[in-house]
Amino acid sequence: MTMTDYYTLGDPVADTKAPDGPIETRWERRRFGAKLVNPANKRKLTVLVVGTGLAGGSAAATLGELGYQVKSYCYQDSPRRAHSIAAQGGINAAKNYRNDGDSVHRLFYDTVKGGDFRSRESNVHRLAQISTQIIDQCVAQGVPFAREYGGLLDTRSFGGAQVSRTFYARGQTGQQLLLGAYQALERQIAAGTVTMHDRHEMLELIIVDGRARGIVVRDLVTGEISTEFADAVVLASGGYGNVFFLSTNAKGCNVTASWRAHRKGALFANPCYTQIHPTCIPVSGDHQSKLTLMSESLRNDGRVWVPKAKGDDRVPADIPEDERDYYLERIYPAFGNLVPRDIASRAAKNVCDEGRGVGPGGLGVYLDFAAAIGRLGRDAVEAKYGNLFEMYERITGEDPYSTPMRIYPAVHYTMGGLWVDYDLQSTIPGLFVIGEANFSDHGANRLGASALMQGLADGYFVLPNTIGDYLAAGPFPKLDGENAEVAEARKLVEDRIEKLLSINGDRTVDSIHRELGRIMWEYCGMERTDAGLRKAISEIRELKAEFWQRAKVPGDGEGLNQSLERAGRVADFFELAELMCIDALHREESCGGHFRAESQTEEGEAERDDERFSYVAAWEFGGDLPVLHKEELTFDYVHPSQRSYK
Amino acid sequence: MSLKLRIWRQADAADKGSMVTYQLQNVSPDMSFLEMLDVLNERLTLDGEDPVAFDHDCREGICGMCSLVINGIPHGPEKATTTCQLHMRHFSDGQTIDIEPWRAAAFPVVKDLVVDRRAFDKIIQAGGYISAPTGSAPDAHATPVPKADADLAFEAATCIGCGACVAACPNGSGMLFTAAKITHLGLMPQGQPERNTRVIDMINAHDEAGFGGCTNTGECTSVCPKGIPLETISRLNKDYRQALRAAS
Ligand SMILES: Cc1cc2nc3c(=O)[nH]c(=O)nc-3n(C[C@H](O)[C@H](O)[C@H](O)COP(=O)(O)OP(=O)(O)OC[C@H]3O[C@@H](n4cnc5c(N)ncnc54)[C@H](O)[C@@H]3O)c2cc1C
Ligand code: SF4
Ligand code: FES
Repeated sequence: MTMTDYYTLGDPVADTKAPDGPIETRWERRRFGAKLVNPANKRKLTVLVVGTGLAGGSAAATLGELGYQVKSYCYQDSPRRAHSIAAQGGINAAKNYRNDGDSVHRLFYDTVKGGDFRSRESNVHRLAQISTQIIDQCVAQGVPFAREYGGLLDTRSFGGAQVSRTFYARGQTGQQLLLGAYQALERQIAAGTVTMHDRHEMLELIIVDGRARGIVVRDLVTGEISTEFADAVVLASGGYGNVFFLSTNAKGCNVTASWRAHRKGALFANPCYTQIHPTCIPVSGDHQSKLTLMSESLRNDGRVWVPKAKGDDRVPADIPEDERDYYLERIYPAFGNLVPRDIASRAAKNVCDEGRGVGPGGLGVYLDFAAAIGRLGRDAVEAKYGNLFEMYERITGEDPYSTPMRIYPAVHYTMGGLWVDYDLQSTIPGLFVIGEANFSDHGANRLGASALMQGLADGYFVLPNTIGDYLAAGPFPKLDGENAEVAEARKLVEDRIEKLLSINGDRTVDSIHRELGRIMWEYCGMERTDAGLRKAISEIRELKAEFWQRAKVPGDGEGLNQSLERAGRVADFFELAELMCIDALHREESCGGHFRAESQTEEGEAERDDERFSYVAAWEFGGDLPVLHKEELTFDYVHPSQRSYK
Repeated sequence: MSLKLRIWRQADAADKGSMVTYQLQNVSPDMSFLEMLDVLNERLTLDGEDPVAFDHDCREGICGMCSLVINGIPHGPEKATTTCQLHMRHFSDGQTIDIEPWRAAAFPVVKDLVVDRRAFDKIIQAGGYISAPTGSAPDAHATPVPKADADLAFEAATCIGCGACVAACPNGSGMLFTAAKITHLGLMPQGQPERNTRVIDMINAHDEAGFGGCTNTGECTSVCPKGIPLETISRLNKDYRQALRAAS
């Protein structure tokens, strides 16, 4: 098949909201240019916020403080359980408290470069500017960040940055930041500005007269379907890494909210940009339900190796030094074990593909602390990594003090997401998208500790300022269930539930999802090829047909039915998976987390093609034939260069 | 290994519920407890039976969603371990395992092993926060916080809101959870202005939400996956007395 059998080309898109002129004052000028809503009118305006993670929680709380009527939704039993809670390492901010040369400009520069020149300069610069306010805000809320003896905030350097700008709370930074946002949210719930709808899942977007005006939700406890109306809708529903079945995401993470909006016209940008984290605990068997991340900090002291010989199945202690291949140190002498995430991940895949992997199925490499223990002593290693070693032992039953850890890459984060302009508004008027659910700031690769920063920047500071410009034209006409567009959205949801429940096949939803995950991991994971992606697309299409014929979804729609919830999410993952592969197929270059085997340097490094691909790929829903809209990227402040870590 | 599982089945809040026995073969010791239940559910689904409903999300011990009483102990036999982090290697071939939901007046059963814990959110709404509207914050270094206080506050703030403490308590008290938040916020300088009202409001909300009183049995802390210590409750009591004095 030729490329045109996979997609068609539409008109280019442009971000019309970002002011031009000096980058340093763009955000200030945009805020000044935005219309304001008079305080008395805010009470008459309703905003729905789907998601209560760092992005949604902070947005709902702040919009409530501003005086809007907010309704907040999450699928868990409490807003505090959003998957932001699991973030470990930390959050970046250009405070320059260390006086080590950090600045807004440097954080901006590092993020654009880290994203491999596939993000927008305007957005990234704003993110870097806001980063400092986030730390102030969180400290004021009582977030117990790590501190030094003098009582000031401690920082560390993270993910290859040469300055120390990562603020943290032991290995639980996400938890502490989320609890801060959650508490601010609960305060607004008590004040009556926000109403909380936990155990509710958004299943459809309601568009009336071209504007996003509400959502269709299912009460997961009673099964009741209801339509909720508003003047604007905010999606903060997180990332879609679970399309791979196995990932470091929580079991419930899904693409449904975004996908439903996409089907209704919101463009989906760069779906193929996936971050694969190099240090996760490997799969232990077919029962595996998720993967657990081991902090990247381990690579500061652990040495990565595999046996030199193929199929060497001796226990690690029996493999003598000269029969071990410390491959990262060998290939990348300058950075060694500390090369960036994508490079470390791919190198692990390569040695395993050569048949030198260790552990069950040969899908693992050793991360060895023997040298560090020899050099620093066991106590020092324990002080630094004790909790991680414990976690490893709890999961694997092996003691990493006496035998090397086994690690393997796993899907961790999705840079792609719904397309938004500088105001974080999607291509559907009145639909805003924040946090991991949008595509905005990380380009083709996200730097460590920058997702938390982005989620909170969007929720606390950007959206509450930009949404007013849209809402100033409201309140919009009242709606009810009689409205044809509302009734249609509701019917879509009811029909789909009925369809899922009536398949009554002979395969469980999980078994099909697992198979989808295997296809994605094999062909749209760490390394992608033209032939592989074509194969993946046809296999996904076959499996999707099988899903709708053979899936077995027990029970009914009348009450708590976790199988039904999963089935709906997997159905949407199928459509997303196809689009991810088409996006990966069309992007015939390597950039960031997207490695196309055909586009590499002689040394086997990723090779970008700025001539042809310096754009955001924003896809319009078109069933089997999506439409590509390109947003050209321009770089006025950071000059594109090829990354090198040799 | 093979196991005999006795699991609490309850169709909905109104149903009486009962223990139902299932045999499960070929359980791998490397499975997590929840993966073992996944396997059971796959089988039940294919056999045309209703799979067992249970809460979970992160499966790495941090979201606080998983909540099973295993052989009579909330989160099971391993110390400082949530249900989702518990692995089958801690059980033996042929063992009988009882699996039940949290049982407490404030946490009604929704279905099977799923309970409603929103009473915890009510306690936080009453005052489990520091009022700091977005945009109002001074520079983060304006107020240094002694490291010892920050570290202690952090320890208390690691509570995941799972509710095991309530499930373990003979009185169904939510005092350890409440005390963890009082301790966290009370140790931070930013938390001082609301310190007195916070403790009174949160304790009132705790009682109104249907939790029992604390009689210092200490069962809570022994099952707490995050090791929140009993001293946090002493701290809460001290703060409470002080707040009452200040109010009178
Ligand atoms: C293990 C792990 C460690 C990480 N560590 C770091 C780190 O150290 N530093 C860093 O910067 N980043 C880190 N990240 C990335 C970062 O945590 C996430 O990108 C970020 O927290 C996402 O926040 P969010 O608010 O966009 O989404 P989430 O926190 O995922 O929240 C999504 C919300 O949407 C709701 N939702 C979803 N779908 C629906 C629906 N259909 N209907 C209703 N509600 C719905 C959910 O209930 C939830 O409330 C880590 C990620 C993982 C997985
Ligand atoms: S105090 Fe411990 S047991 Fe109680 S909710 Fe918090 S983490 Fe769970
Ligand atoms: S599932 Fe999140 S703590 Fe167990």
